[in-house]
Amino acid sequence: MLVGRVVGNVWATQKDPTLEGLRMLLVQPLALGERASDEIIVAADPIGAGPGETVLVAFGRAARTVLGTQDAGWQVAVVAIVDDISVDEGVTIAGRESEP
Amino acid sequence: MFTGRVVGEIWATQRHDSLEGFKLLLVDPFEVAARLEGGKRQGLVVAADAVDAGVGDEVIVAYGRAGRTALGRGHDIAVEAAIVAVVDDRTGSELG
Repeated sequence: MLVGRVVGNVWATQKDPTLEGLRMLLVQPLALGERASDEIIVAADPIGAGPGETVLVAFGRAARTVLGTQDAGWQVAVVAIVDDISVDEGVTIAGRESEP
Repeated sequence: MFTGRVVGEIWATQRHDSLEGFKLLLVDPFEVAARLEGGKRQGLVVAADAVDAGVGDEVIVAYGRAGRTALGRGHDIAVEAAIVAVVDDRTGSELG
């Protein structure tokens, strides 16, 4: 699981039928206590996060649980929209631009 | 599975219903454990709390099925890691 910021959307018409109706977002992971990564991931989003929002993302079975089926050709999904994060001092949260 | 210290918490009101009622804590894996997991300094791990741990507690985190078992609500839970124990004491002073 990771925390990230929504940085874009993805649309695809020609795709596996099990992906029908999936809303797909681009998410830039925040680095919690480590170096920021440039990795961008694609996450399905049944929760309804908007651009710039901070989201909690899960992988594998946990992700498909949010999609409501284990029979989907998909691995990554938003499980929650983050309202706030608190960490002890000395623990860094690094993201591209602004705070979560 | 690893041990580490709870260093923070995530608040999220808009969440998948399978996460209802669980605290989402941020656990900083102890350095040695992090090195065992493929050498890269692991970042913080988001873990659902099954044992009422708090910030500052030393805990044990399990991934996947084992973690969900501790949460005790079946396996259709949108969570990949859970805190399964709060450590009272241990040897191994070289850990974090």
